[in-house]
Amino acid sequence: MPGSDGKPVIEIRGLQKVFAHGDTEVAALENIDIDIHQGEFVCLMGPSGSGKSTLLHLIAGLDNPTGGQCRVLGQELSDMSERDLSRWRNEHIGFIFQSFNLIPVLTAYENVEMPLLLTGLSRKERGEHIEAALGIVGLSDRLTHYPRQLSGGQEQRVAIARALVADPDLVLADEPTGDLDAKSAEEVLTILRKLNQDYGKTIIMVTHDPKASGYATVTRHLDKGQMLPL
Amino acid sequence: MLIPLKYNLRHLVARWKTTLVAGVTFGLVIATFIIVMSLARGVEQALTTTGNPLNVIILRPGVESESQSQVAKDMYQTIRNYGGIAKDETGEPLASPEVLTLVNKPRATDGKASNVQIRGMHPLSLKIHPALRLVSGRMFTPGLREAVVSKRIAERFQGLKLGERTRLGRGEWTIVGVFDAQGTAFDSEIWADYQEVMQEFDRDAYSSVLVRAVDRAAVGSLKTLVEEDRRVKLTAKSEQLYYEEQTKTAKPIKAFAVFLAAIMAVGASFAGMNTMYSRVANRSREIGTLRVLGFTPMAVLASFLIESVLLALCGGIVGCLLALPINGLATGTTNFATFSEVVFYFAITPGLMLQGMAFAVAMGLAGGFFPAWAASRQTALTALRQL
Ligand SMILES: Nc1ncnc2c1ncn2[C@@H]1O[C@H](COP(=O)(O)OP(=O)(O)OP(=O)(O)O)[C@@H](O)[C@H]1O
Ligand SMILES: [Mg+2]
Repeated sequence: MPGSDGKPVIEIRGLQKVFAHGDTEVAALENIDIDIHQGEFVCLMGPSGSGKSTLLHLIAGLDNPTGGQCRVLGQELSDMSERDLSRWRNEHIGFIFQSFNLIPVLTAYENVEMPLLLTGLSRKERGEHIEAALGIVGLSDRLTHYPRQLSGGQEQRVAIARALVADPDLVLADEPTGDLDAKSAEEVLTILRKLNQDYGKTIIMVTHDPKASGYATVTRHLDKGQMLPL
Repeated sequence: MLIPLKYNLRHLVARWKTTLVAGVTFGLVIATFIIVMSLARGVEQALTTTGNPLNVIILRPGVESESQSQVAKDMYQTIRNYGGIAKDETGEPLASPEVLTLVNKPRATDGKASNVQIRGMHPLSLKIHPALRLVSGRMFTPGLREAVVSKRIAERFQGLKLGERTRLGRGEWTIVGVFDAQGTAFDSEIWADYQEVMQEFDRDAYSSVLVRAVDRAAVGSLKTLVEEDRRVKLTAKSEQLYYEEQTKTAKPIKAFAVFLAAIMAVGASFAGMNTMYSRVANRSREIGTLRVLGFTPMAVLASFLIESVLLALCGGIVGCLLALPINGLATGTTNFATFSEVVFYFAITPGLMLQGMAFAVAMGLAGGFFPAWAASRQTALTALRQL
């Protein structure tokens, strides 16, 4: 089990991401060093354009760094093919988006089921996982609702259930409260804290909300692609 | 691992307007395909079921159809005395001299003239064609200007109903009976006494001689007898083979069906492709999300390809429904061997509908491939960034 021996679950050394913008180049991340350990709830803050999302994408294997090292759960991601990365993400990563990104034609239950369809679980086992996940986010009574029949806060809770249903090692959230009112935001943050404290999930959350950092165990700041010291 | 089918089905319902448009587009193509194919089948059917295995047609060597053949009058006497020819209860050999010619008659529907085949025959001919039944009236009387017509011809042409007097050749003839030849080529004919037909149309030779062999073996021996008889210089063909050869009329229709379907299919595939491209564009964020959840590019490709095929299958169903009402409808086409009209029924068979469905699947795959490919090539992030 990565991280259980005290080794960090995420080891980032000299990480660099440069986007080519026509002739000019934009350095979204420059020389990032960071270790994240099992059981941490990291809050990643910084002004718009500072590279927070970019870092999260690199950790999720959704993009390739242009330099440096990014070891996640003991794997060097830049060595892996698209296909292997897909499988790896399904097994190890739960991703939460700012705009929920539920599939509109599927019910809450079916949305949460999606990641499980890639596992070998039987229909019955899937059902148990889904009900447990929707239970954690407090939506056991909304199984057959479609996203359009849910409030924004409820949609985001379904999305959280989807992110945790396959029991990932890492939960990554990019401004999960960005589209929510204060009350729903608080509910979502409370759930994330519960995931971290009660279920031991390692969480990295990008946010603009200063209050949100109160829920995390560690807060790190990015500015212009640089990680500010602790 | 595949993205579940219900995902595609729900999207087809959610965007029902474009589903409907694509369904109708595909449907028209498939209906056309099924209808034209059934036309070809109908012609084939009418011609292949005609021949009786014991009947032998004797005609001039090298001709393709009876109407091009000539058999001199005195040869008939030679032929009817060959061994192996069945006899009726009075001992008459079942051999009928047949005279074929065309008359031009206006169609009942649009009044446009078309050729109908007249067969002058010996009254014995009815015994050689047991499949033929009179449904009303009576048989023609030898020596009189009387004719019997098939039920379908009576319906399709003006002036050929039971009891009507009509001009065939120069004179007036009376329609005294209507027969049903049960879907065979004779359903496209008018029958009359051979001597009357020869007089009316100034013929001094028969077209062919139709004989009934006593058994299968006699069919072969009759053929040899005819072909080795230096006096007659004729050839013989089993009636079955003769009509089988005539089915080449169906070939251009089939080729036309395939050609027409191919052209329409290209058009429909492009329409389908268009629809699928817009579906891919509209669902870009979903594609990105699916990729983040761990679905592979291959799964995305398969999912959109399947959706395209489902869309085309909707079209297939529409096509079958559009084609079904013509099932059993009678129509005619020109038989290119005789230049007269062949009448037949459209038969929309399950097999034909299955072919239509297979055709739909092919169009769905063709139209869906590039959009599905494009969807699968996007990275998760590019897909997510689109709005
Ligand atoms: N695909 C891309 N192509 C070009 N430039 C990009 C791309 N993605 C990000 N960038 C650039 O990289 C920099 C960092 O972007 P990033 O999205 O990581 O910022 P962020 O900290 O998440 O900002 P926000 O708080 O607004 O979400 C920005 O200057 C952005 O313009
Ligand atoms: Mg961002």
